[in-house]
Amino acid sequence: MSVTSLPLAKSRRDVFFEGLHDGIPIALGYFVVSFTLGIAARNAGLDPLQGFLASFFNNASAGEYAAFTVIASDAPYLEMALITLVANARYMLMSCVVSQKFSADTPLLQRVLVGFDITDEIFGITIARKGPLNPYYNYGAMAVALPGWSIGTALGVIAGNLLPLQAVSALSVALFGMFLWVIIPTARDNRIVGLLVLASFLMSFACAHLPALKDLTAGTRTILLTLLLAGIGAVFFPIKDLPDDNKEDA
Amino acid sequence: MQHDIYIYLFVMSAVTLAIRIVPLTLIRRQIKNRYLRSFLYYVPYVTLAVMTFPAIMDATQTPISGLLALITGIALSWYGASLFKVSAACCLMVFFVELVC
Repeated sequence: MSVTSLPLAKSRRDVFFEGLHDGIPIALGYFVVSFTLGIAARNAGLDPLQGFLASFFNNASAGEYAAFTVIASDAPYLEMALITLVANARYMLMSCVVSQKFSADTPLLQRVLVGFDITDEIFGITIARKGPLNPYYNYGAMAVALPGWSIGTALGVIAGNLLPLQAVSALSVALFGMFLWVIIPTARDNRIVGLLVLASFLMSFACAHLPALKDLTAGTRTILLTLLLAGIGAVFFPIKDLPDDNKEDA
Repeated sequence: MQHDIYIYLFVMSAVTLAIRIVPLTLIRRQIKNRYLRSFLYYVPYVTLAVMTFPAIMDATQTPISGLLALITGIALSWYGASLFKVSAACCLMVFFVELVC
Protein backbone atom coordinates (compact mmCIF):
# COMPACT_ATOMS: atom_id res chain seq x y z
CA MET A 1 0.00 0.00 0.00
CA SER A 2 1.56 3.28 -1.07
CA VAL A 3 1.56 6.36 1.08
CA THR A 4 1.06 9.31 -1.23
CA SER A 5 -0.21 12.48 0.42
CA LEU A 6 -0.14 11.86 4.15
CA PRO A 7 2.79 13.51 5.91
CA LEU A 8 3.13 10.73 8.46
CA ALA A 9 5.58 7.95 9.11
CA LYS A 10 2.94 5.35 10.01
CA SER A 11 1.17 3.57 7.19
CA ARG A 12 -2.54 4.08 6.62
CA ARG A 13 -3.09 0.50 7.64
CA ASP A 14 -1.41 1.00 11.05
CA VAL A 15 -3.42 4.13 11.74
CA PHE A 16 -6.64 2.42 10.64
CA PHE A 17 -6.04 -0.36 13.18
CA GLU A 18 -5.27 2.15 15.92
CA GLY A 19 -8.67 3.70 15.24
CA LEU A 20 -10.27 0.26 15.20
CA HIS A 21 -8.71 -0.53 18.56
CA ASP A 22 -9.91 2.70 20.17
CA GLY A 23 -13.31 2.26 18.54
CA ILE A 24 -14.09 -1.13 20.11
CA PRO A 25 -15.12 0.12 23.58
CA ILE A 26 -17.15 2.85 21.87
CA ALA A 27 -18.89 0.26 19.71
CA LEU A 28 -19.77 -1.90 22.73
CA GLY A 29 -21.27 1.05 24.57
CA TYR A 30 -23.14 2.05 21.40
CA PHE A 31 -24.57 -1.43 21.02
CA VAL A 32 -26.20 -1.35 24.47
CA VAL A 33 -27.56 2.18 24.18
CA SER A 34 -28.73 1.81 20.58
CA PHE A 35 -30.67 -1.30 21.56
CA THR A 36 -32.86 0.88 23.77
CA LEU A 37 -33.01 3.46 20.98
CA GLY A 38 -34.43 0.66 18.85
CA ILE A 39 -37.23 0.23 21.39
CA ALA A 40 -38.05 3.93 20.98
CA ALA A 41 -37.93 3.46 17.18
CA ARG A 42 -40.33 0.53 17.39
CA ASN A 43 -42.73 2.57 19.54
CA ALA A 44 -42.64 5.26 16.85
CA GLY A 45 -43.65 2.68 14.22
CA LEU A 46 -40.32 1.92 12.53
CA ASP A 47 -39.40 -1.53 11.23
CA PRO A 48 -35.88 -3.00 11.73
CA LEU A 49 -34.59 -1.80 8.33
CA GLN A 50 -35.83 1.72 8.98
CA GLY A 51 -34.22 1.66 12.43
CA PHE A 52 -30.97 0.49 10.85
CA LEU A 53 -31.04 3.24 8.22
CA ALA A 54 -31.89 5.96 10.76
CA SER A 55 -28.95 4.93 12.93
CA PHE A 56 -26.48 4.34 10.09
CA PHE A 57 -27.01 7.78 8.60
CA ASN A 58 -27.47 9.71 11.85
CA ASN A 59 -25.51 7.96 14.62
CA ALA A 60 -26.91 10.40 17.18
CA SER A 61 -28.70 9.32 20.34
CA ALA A 62 -30.45 12.56 21.25
CA GLY A 63 -31.07 13.55 17.63
CA GLU A 64 -32.55 10.19 16.71
CA TYR A 65 -34.63 9.99 19.85
CA ALA A 66 -36.01 13.46 19.13
CA ALA A 67 -36.67 12.45 15.51
CA PHE A 68 -38.57 9.35 16.62
CA THR A 69 -40.85 11.50 18.77
CA VAL A 70 -41.56 13.54 15.61
CA ILE A 71 -42.41 10.38 13.67
CA ALA A 72 -44.55 9.09 16.53
CA SER A 73 -46.63 12.29 16.56
CA ASP A 74 -46.91 12.34 12.72
CA ALA A 75 -45.67 15.94 12.71
CA PRO A 76 -44.79 17.97 9.56
CA TYR A 77 -41.49 17.29 7.75
CA LEU A 78 -40.37 20.82 8.57
CA GLU A 79 -40.58 20.00 12.28
CA MET A 80 -38.38 16.96 11.60
CA ALA A 81 -35.79 19.20 9.96
CA LEU A 82 -35.87 21.74 12.78
CA ILE A 83 -35.76 19.28 15.67
CA THR A 84 -32.88 17.39 14.02
CA LEU A 85 -31.05 20.67 13.51
CA VAL A 86 -31.49 21.70 17.15
CA ALA A 87 -30.84 18.30 18.72
CA ASN A 88 -27.66 17.83 16.66
CA ALA A 89 -26.44 21.44 16.74
CA ARG A 90 -23.50 20.47 18.93
CA TYR A 91 -22.05 18.43 16.05
CA MET A 92 -21.76 21.70 14.16
CA LEU A 93 -19.43 23.00 16.86
CA MET A 94 -17.48 19.71 16.88
CA SER A 95 -17.24 19.78 13.10
CA CYS A 96 -15.82 23.30 13.33
CA VAL A 97 -13.27 22.13 15.89
CA VAL A 98 -12.28 19.07 13.86
CA SER A 99 -11.84 21.28 10.79
CA GLN A 100 -9.00 22.95 12.69
CA LYS A 101 -7.24 19.58 13.02
CA PHE A 102 -7.06 18.87 9.29
CA SER A 103 -3.94 19.83 7.41
CA ALA A 104 -4.83 22.40 4.74
CA ASP A 105 -4.29 20.07 1.78
CA THR A 106 -6.72 17.38 2.97
CA PRO A 107 -8.91 16.38 0.01
CA LEU A 108 -12.64 17.12 0.05
CA LEU A 109 -13.61 13.43 0.04
CA GLN A 110 -11.60 12.78 3.22
CA ARG A 111 -13.32 15.69 4.95
CA VAL A 112 -16.75 14.42 3.92
CA LEU A 113 -16.05 10.87 5.13
CA VAL A 114 -14.68 12.01 8.50
CA GLY A 115 -17.65 14.36 8.89
CA PHE A 116 -20.05 11.48 8.24
CA ASP A 117 -19.49 10.08 11.72
CA ILE A 118 -18.62 12.88 14.13
CA THR A 119 -20.21 11.74 17.39
CA ASP A 120 -19.55 12.80 20.98
CA GLU A 121 -17.30 9.78 21.50
CA ILE A 122 -15.46 9.77 18.16
CA PHE A 123 -14.97 13.52 18.50
CA GLY A 124 -13.40 12.80 21.89
CA ILE A 125 -10.84 10.28 20.64
CA THR A 126 -10.13 12.40 17.53
CA ILE A 127 -9.31 15.48 19.57
CA ALA A 128 -7.25 13.47 22.05
CA ARG A 129 -4.70 12.60 19.32
CA LYS A 130 -1.74 14.87 18.83
CA GLY A 131 -0.85 16.52 15.55
CA PRO A 132 -2.81 16.82 12.30
CA LEU A 133 -5.78 14.51 11.94
CA ASN A 134 -5.20 11.32 9.96
CA PRO A 135 -8.56 10.35 8.38
CA TYR A 136 -7.68 6.65 8.50
CA TYR A 137 -7.79 6.75 12.29
CA ASN A 138 -11.41 7.89 12.09
CA TYR A 139 -12.21 5.28 9.44
CA GLY A 140 -10.96 2.57 11.80
CA ALA A 141 -13.13 3.82 14.66
CA MET A 142 -16.12 4.19 12.34
CA ALA A 143 -15.66 0.65 11.02
CA VAL A 144 -16.72 -0.75 14.41
CA ALA A 145 -18.78 2.09 15.90
CA LEU A 146 -21.22 2.47 12.99
CA PRO A 147 -22.21 -1.23 12.81
CA GLY A 148 -22.44 -1.37 16.62
CA TRP A 149 -24.86 1.51 16.63
CA SER A 150 -27.01 0.66 13.61
CA ILE A 151 -27.23 -3.11 14.11
CA GLY A 152 -27.96 -2.53 17.80
CA THR A 153 -30.86 -0.28 16.81
CA ALA A 154 -32.26 -2.86 14.37
CA LEU A 155 -32.04 -5.59 17.04
CA GLY A 156 -33.77 -3.29 19.52
CA VAL A 157 -36.66 -2.87 17.07
CA ILE A 158 -36.85 -6.66 16.67
CA ALA A 159 -36.36 -7.77 20.27
CA GLY A 160 -38.45 -5.00 21.75
CA ASN A 161 -41.37 -7.21 20.68
CA LEU A 162 -40.00 -10.23 22.48
CA LEU A 163 -39.02 -8.68 25.79
CA PRO A 164 -41.48 -8.60 28.72
CA LEU A 165 -43.08 -5.27 29.55
CA GLN A 166 -41.04 -4.76 32.74
CA ALA A 167 -37.76 -5.17 30.84
CA VAL A 168 -38.81 -2.72 28.11
CA SER A 169 -39.89 -0.22 30.75
CA ALA A 170 -36.54 -0.58 32.54
CA LEU A 171 -34.39 -0.42 29.38
CA SER A 172 -36.23 2.61 28.07
CA VAL A 173 -34.54 4.83 30.67
CA ALA A 174 -30.99 3.79 29.62
CA LEU A 175 -30.94 6.57 27.03
CA PHE A 176 -32.02 9.13 29.60
CA GLY A 177 -29.19 7.83 31.77
CA MET A 178 -26.79 8.60 28.92
CA PHE A 179 -28.20 12.10 28.56
CA LEU A 180 -27.73 12.70 32.30
CA TRP A 181 -24.19 11.34 32.09
CA VAL A 182 -23.45 13.97 29.43
CA ILE A 183 -25.02 16.99 31.13
CA ILE A 184 -24.63 16.51 34.89
CA PRO A 185 -20.81 16.61 35.33
CA THR A 186 -20.62 19.88 33.39
CA ALA A 187 -23.66 21.22 35.23
CA ARG A 188 -21.86 20.46 38.48
CA ASP A 189 -18.62 22.20 37.49
CA ASN A 190 -20.05 25.14 35.52
CA ARG A 191 -22.52 27.28 37.43
CA ILE A 192 -24.14 28.72 34.30
CA VAL A 193 -24.67 25.30 32.71
CA GLY A 194 -26.05 24.09 36.06
CA LEU A 195 -28.58 26.90 36.18
CA LEU A 196 -29.53 26.35 32.53
CA VAL A 197 -30.09 22.63 33.15
CA LEU A 198 -32.24 23.38 36.19
CA ALA A 199 -34.22 25.98 34.24
CA SER A 200 -34.61 23.47 31.39
CA PHE A 201 -36.11 20.86 33.73
CA LEU A 202 -38.52 23.35 35.30
CA MET A 203 -39.64 25.01 32.06
CA SER A 204 -39.95 21.72 30.22
CA PHE A 205 -42.17 20.41 33.02
CA ALA A 206 -44.19 23.63 32.98
CA CYS A 207 -44.65 23.50 29.20
CA ALA A 208 -45.86 19.92 29.43
CA HIS A 209 -48.56 20.79 31.94
CA LEU A 210 -49.61 24.45 31.59
CA PRO A 211 -52.98 24.68 29.81
CA ALA A 212 -51.83 27.14 27.13
CA LEU A 213 -48.60 25.30 26.32
CA LYS A 214 -49.28 21.60 26.71
CA ASP A 215 -50.64 21.27 23.16
CA LEU A 216 -47.14 21.92 21.77
CA THR A 217 -45.50 18.73 20.50
CA ALA A 218 -42.45 17.49 22.38
CA GLY A 219 -40.26 18.44 19.41
CA THR A 220 -41.50 22.03 19.24
CA ARG A 221 -41.09 22.36 22.99
CA THR A 222 -37.46 21.22 22.69
CA ILE A 223 -36.72 23.67 19.89
CA LEU A 224 -38.32 26.67 21.58
CA LEU A 225 -36.79 26.07 25.01
CA THR A 226 -33.35 25.37 23.53
CA LEU A 227 -33.34 28.58 21.48
CA LEU A 228 -34.67 30.56 24.45
CA LEU A 229 -32.42 29.21 27.22
CA ALA A 230 -29.20 28.73 25.22
CA GLY A 231 -29.83 32.18 23.73
CA ILE A 232 -30.19 33.73 27.18
CA GLY A 233 -27.02 31.94 28.25
CA ALA A 234 -25.05 33.20 25.24
CA VAL A 235 -26.27 36.81 25.55
CA PHE A 236 -25.89 37.22 29.30
CA PHE A 237 -23.08 34.74 30.06
CA PRO A 238 -20.84 34.55 26.98
CA ILE A 239 -17.77 32.43 27.61
CA LYS A 240 -14.35 33.92 27.11
CA ASP A 241 -12.35 30.77 26.56
CA LEU A 242 -14.30 27.68 25.61
CA PRO A 243 -12.85 24.37 26.79
CA ASP A 244 -12.74 22.90 23.29
CA ASP A 245 -9.35 21.21 23.76
CA ASN A 246 -8.12 22.46 20.42
CA LYS A 247 -4.35 22.52 20.18
CA GLU A 248 -4.32 24.89 17.17
CA ASP A 249 -1.38 23.08 15.68
CA ALA A 250 -2.59 22.92 12.08
CA MET B 1 -49.98 8.07 9.90
CA GLN B 2 -50.15 10.64 7.10
CA HIS B 3 -46.40 11.00 6.55
CA ASP B 4 -43.99 8.55 4.95
CA ILE B 5 -41.34 7.17 7.32
CA TYR B 6 -38.75 7.01 4.52
CA ILE B 7 -39.21 10.72 3.80
CA TYR B 8 -38.79 11.39 7.54
CA LEU B 9 -35.59 9.33 7.45
CA PHE B 10 -34.34 11.21 4.40
CA VAL B 11 -35.01 14.60 6.00
CA MET B 12 -33.36 13.74 9.32
CA SER B 13 -30.33 12.16 7.63
CA ALA B 14 -29.85 15.06 5.23
CA VAL B 15 -29.95 17.58 8.07
CA THR B 16 -27.63 15.56 10.33
CA LEU B 17 -25.07 14.96 7.60
CA ALA B 18 -25.15 18.61 6.54
CA ILE B 19 -24.54 19.68 10.16
CA ARG B 20 -21.55 17.37 10.42
CA ILE B 21 -20.03 17.78 6.99
CA VAL B 22 -20.61 21.40 5.91
CA PRO B 23 -18.52 23.10 8.65
CA LEU B 24 -15.77 20.54 8.18
CA THR B 25 -15.51 21.21 4.45
CA LEU B 26 -16.12 24.97 4.41
CA ILE B 27 -14.70 26.43 7.62
CA ARG B 28 -10.93 26.53 7.71
CA ARG B 29 -10.63 29.09 10.52
CA GLN B 30 -11.82 28.96 14.12
CA ILE B 31 -15.13 30.69 14.87
CA LYS B 32 -14.28 33.97 16.60
CA ASN B 33 -17.74 35.27 17.56
CA ARG B 34 -17.97 34.48 21.25
CA TYR B 35 -21.78 34.76 21.35
CA LEU B 36 -22.16 32.16 18.62
CA ARG B 37 -19.54 29.95 20.27
CA SER B 38 -21.26 30.29 23.63
CA PHE B 39 -24.65 29.54 22.12
CA LEU B 40 -23.35 26.35 20.48
CA TYR B 41 -21.67 25.42 23.74
CA TYR B 42 -24.88 25.75 25.79
CA VAL B 43 -27.20 24.10 23.24
CA PRO B 44 -26.56 20.40 23.99
CA TYR B 45 -27.06 20.79 27.75
CA VAL B 46 -30.39 22.58 27.39
CA THR B 47 -31.61 20.23 24.65
CA LEU B 48 -30.77 17.07 26.56
CA ALA B 49 -32.22 18.42 29.82
CA VAL B 50 -35.49 19.43 28.14
CA MET B 51 -35.77 16.02 26.48
CA THR B 52 -35.04 14.15 29.72
CA PHE B 53 -37.59 15.72 32.02
CA PRO B 54 -40.52 15.17 32.26
CA ALA B 55 -40.28 12.61 29.39
CA ILE B 56 -38.49 10.08 31.62
CA MET B 57 -41.66 9.80 33.73
CA ASP B 58 -43.74 8.92 30.65
CA ALA B 59 -41.29 6.31 29.36
CA THR B 60 -41.82 3.94 32.27
CA GLN B 61 -44.93 2.07 33.40
CA THR B 62 -45.35 4.29 36.47
CA PRO B 63 -44.22 7.95 36.74
CA ILE B 64 -42.63 7.37 40.16
CA SER B 65 -40.16 4.78 38.82
CA GLY B 66 -39.11 7.21 36.09
CA LEU B 67 -38.64 9.98 38.65
CA LEU B 68 -36.51 7.73 40.86
CA ALA B 69 -34.42 6.73 37.82
CA LEU B 70 -33.86 10.44 37.11
CA ILE B 71 -32.65 11.04 40.67
CA THR B 72 -30.43 7.95 40.48
CA GLY B 73 -28.91 9.09 37.18
CA ILE B 74 -28.25 12.62 38.45
CA ALA B 75 -26.66 11.36 41.68
CA LEU B 76 -24.34 8.85 39.98
CA SER B 77 -23.33 11.26 37.20
CA TRP B 78 -22.65 13.91 39.84
CA TYR B 79 -20.13 11.62 41.52
CA GLY B 80 -18.46 10.73 38.24
CA ALA B 81 -19.78 7.23 37.49
CA SER B 82 -19.13 5.81 34.00
CA LEU B 83 -21.71 5.92 31.21
CA PHE B 84 -22.40 2.20 31.60
CA LYS B 85 -22.93 2.43 35.37
CA VAL B 86 -25.26 5.43 35.11
CA SER B 87 -27.40 3.85 32.40
CA ALA B 88 -27.49 0.44 34.10
CA ALA B 89 -28.38 1.93 37.50
CA CYS B 90 -31.29 3.87 35.98
CA CYS B 91 -32.62 0.68 34.36
CA LEU B 92 -32.24 -1.36 37.56
CA MET B 93 -33.99 1.32 39.61
CA VAL B 94 -37.02 1.20 37.31
CA PHE B 95 -37.03 -2.58 37.26
CA PHE B 96 -36.99 -3.00 41.05
CA VAL B 97 -39.40 -0.13 41.80
CA GLU B 98 -41.94 -1.58 39.38
CA LEU B 99 -41.36 -5.04 40.83
CA VAL B 100 -42.23 -3.81 44.31
CA CYS B 101 -45.02 -1.31 43.56
